[in-house]
Amino acid sequence: MKKQSRREFIKVFTMSGTGLFLAAYTPMNGFFKPGDDPKIFSPSVYLKIDNNGIVTIIVHRSELGQGVRTSLPMLVAEELEVEWENIRVEQADGHPKYGNQTTGGSQSIRKSYEPFRVAGATAREMLIAAAAIKWGVDVKKCYAEKGYIVNKSNGKKLSYGELVDEASKLPVPENVLLKDPEDFQIIGKRIHRTDTPDKIYGKAKFGIDLVIPGMYYAAVQRCPAIGGSAKSFNDSKTKSINGVVDVVKISRGIAVIANSTWSSFKGKDALVVDWDLGPNANVNSEIIRKNLESKLNEEGSDIEIIGKPNSDFSNNINIEAVYEVPFLAHAPMEPMTCIAEVKNGKAELWAPSQNPQGLRSDVAKALGFNEDDVIVHVVFAGGAFGRKLVSEYGIEAAEISKASGKIIKLTWTREDDMKHGVFRPASMHKLKGAVDGNGNPVLFGHHVIAESISAQRFYRALPVKDSDLGEGTKKLSYKIPNIKISGSIVPTHVPVSWYRSVYHTQNPFAVESFLDEMAFAANKDPYEFRKKMLPDNSRLKAVLIKAAEKSGWYNKLEAGKGRGIACAECYESYIAQVAEVTVINNKVKVDKVTCVIDCGIVINPDSVEAQLEGAIGFALSYVLKSKITIENGGVAESNFDEYEILTLNEMPKVEIEIMKNTYKVGGVGETGIAALAPAVCNAIFAASGKRIRRLPVELS
Amino acid sequence: MPEYSLNVNGKIRKVNVEEDTPLLWVLRDTLGLTGTKYSCGEGICGSCTVHINGKAERSCVLTIKDVAGDKITTIEGLAENPDHPIFKTWIDLEVSQCGYCQPGQIMTLAALMNENPNITKKEVKENMNTVLCRCATYARIDKAIDKLVEEGK
Repeated sequence: MKKQSRREFIKVFTMSGTGLFLAAYTPMNGFFKPGDDPKIFSPSVYLKIDNNGIVTIIVHRSELGQGVRTSLPMLVAEELEVEWENIRVEQADGHPKYGNQTTGGSQSIRKSYEPFRVAGATAREMLIAAAAIKWGVDVKKCYAEKGYIVNKSNGKKLSYGELVDEASKLPVPENVLLKDPEDFQIIGKRIHRTDTPDKIYGKAKFGIDLVIPGMYYAAVQRCPAIGGSAKSFNDSKTKSINGVVDVVKISRGIAVIANSTWSSFKGKDALVVDWDLGPNANVNSEIIRKNLESKLNEEGSDIEIIGKPNSDFSNNINIEAVYEVPFLAHAPMEPMTCIAEVKNGKAELWAPSQNPQGLRSDVAKALGFNEDDVIVHVVFAGGAFGRKLVSEYGIEAAEISKASGKIIKLTWTREDDMKHGVFRPASMHKLKGAVDGNGNPVLFGHHVIAESISAQRFYRALPVKDSDLGEGTKKLSYKIPNIKISGSIVPTHVPVSWYRSVYHTQNPFAVESFLDEMAFAANKDPYEFRKKMLPDNSRLKAVLIKAAEKSGWYNKLEAGKGRGIACAECYESYIAQVAEVTVINNKVKVDKVTCVIDCGIVINPDSVEAQLEGAIGFALSYVLKSKITIENGGVAESNFDEYEILTLNEMPKVEIEIMKNTYKVGGVGETGIAALAPAVCNAIFAASGKRIRRLPVELS
Repeated sequence: MPEYSLNVNGKIRKVNVEEDTPLLWVLRDTLGLTGTKYSCGEGICGSCTVHINGKAERSCVLTIKDVAGDKITTIEGLAENPDHPIFKTWIDLEVSQCGYCQPGQIMTLAALMNENPNITKKEVKENMNTVLCRCATYARIDKAIDKLVEEGK
């Protein structure tokens, strides 16, 4: 058989029954390169097998702690019939040939479930075909098992390594059969993470740990007011510091290059910069809040209308409330960092990026290079939560390298990240509701007032209806006859960006807290009130019922304690949470969170549980503690003493249940966030009678 | 630049750095021991925890001058015994998520349990409360502490 050309290869897959993998299936190394040692069989960009039988799975999403370097390989290994212990994992660089690589929107598993299984199944079928040719038997006489193709008639075996040559010459099958989920050996099992041992032994290299030979260290001084710029600077003190080798001006500030991180930090602090504070120097949180507040008495632009929400509901019980949340920082434990080498019109970067393709094109644009001349290597991220989706740190690193002609590792200090990062938008929410004499909801209105991330970053001209403001509040599962979701985009100079769960951090807080208020106005139990509004076949209803049962919703609690419930749909998964809190002397302690998720087919249940526990703790940080304040156009907080996050002893007991079903794979990493704030705040109301409409919680 | 002689993980290492250089950056940049992490730089978060003469200390707020002559152990030193019960428990319970703060968590715990074999769960948790984890792996850290303290008795 002849070797396939690249063009034919693509055609085969376009025609195949599972033809959605075009982008993903352009061969990476060519098919089989004679003379290479070891010889490699690579029927997919996600997979290669060498003639020693080593199976390497190329993970194209970033490992942020969610376990993707384990769960994606599990999908391939399952179909390839290879023992888990014999799998190697490799991280892909940023490149369009892998398809979408953005590690956000809880999509790594959702979007890769089928392509990665198909990659494994394709290799399996081709190895079977290769064995059949070698033995001169029909493929039906052969099957794959634990890294071998077995001949049914005589029990003879050929290892995958022995078949690499032959398989590489074969055409790629148009259709491959995927395993029946009932036969899964790996998917659905609690598999240990591939990256854990090296990380806990201190051996794993995160972005900040990487060293490239000949590399220098860099730090940047940026304008304290967002949007300002340097008029002039004096670096004489900086240059007298031992270890400082250069000072260069870049678009966002003044960069100091040194032979150690510490010298670069000291050099940066010693710079004397005359800043033009720019147009925002007098902006503070109070002004931003007033801008949001000014929209409260407006209707906003329609995002979603159901029934006739503008009718007269005056014969019903009517309630209104305003909710609000502040800006938030992602504050991953690893501050922003990037290594860059820019030389001869080419750039090579090493970054803990969540979005290496975006970083590649943004750096190319900033430097005026072709994208093909920019290489982005992806390194372990020490936390990300959305912070490492944007490119500004990588652009800075590339600019410093270009200006100095040196390979540099840029390290942001903690203070740099707190003050010069990107933030979850602050928002206000006007809620309106009406319940009839029987306690049934007849109207629900939600006016979301915030900066739109997509508007600020990309599409200022898009109408509100098409913006992201409605995420987590439109298309509610609840059957309420009249619904009006509207929005007002209020621009701000504060750079906003995607946060773990994005608008699900704020919209469900307002929606699910206000539904609690409606339930109390209707004199109904908040769980029963929600349950009655959900259709019988609703997956949200199923998790809600399960969470109520599991938490002992009706069990009495002692004085000072309260229970709150909330549920949400988020990234194609459904979640319900019941929080139990104690309120004593206006101090809140979250004792327990019961969490039920329906995320469809589960790949690694232990990772799902870990992500839910983490999401609960992450959300609890902003419910109880975290807040970014704007003063004089910049961020007031600078480190973890001012921007507080949850600690060990504040972590509640968490009980998790994962619904068992075979629905399409849903998201997990962010879903656990959506219901937590309202569940906790509803519990605080149950415990204390105090309704929380503003985060972080402050009781008095 | 002055020369300092450091005892790190049982080996004597000579380094030439400014006297105000934090131990953290000597370990990371000069000695290549990057298991000790930078996160806050102010001794708030605990990611940079090492052992100084067996006690858990935050290497970002200790200068090289402070520790010359002391016995310093980093996560790499502790990991010379990968079968240490803390590592085994961390893997069994799959505590780590992004993993960045975990060396600091483990070093803090190892020192506490080593210093006082009869330490209670409550005492451990009070001490560990200042080691921050943004992934909020706290539920499993809590379980790991319970297990290790129980087994230690």
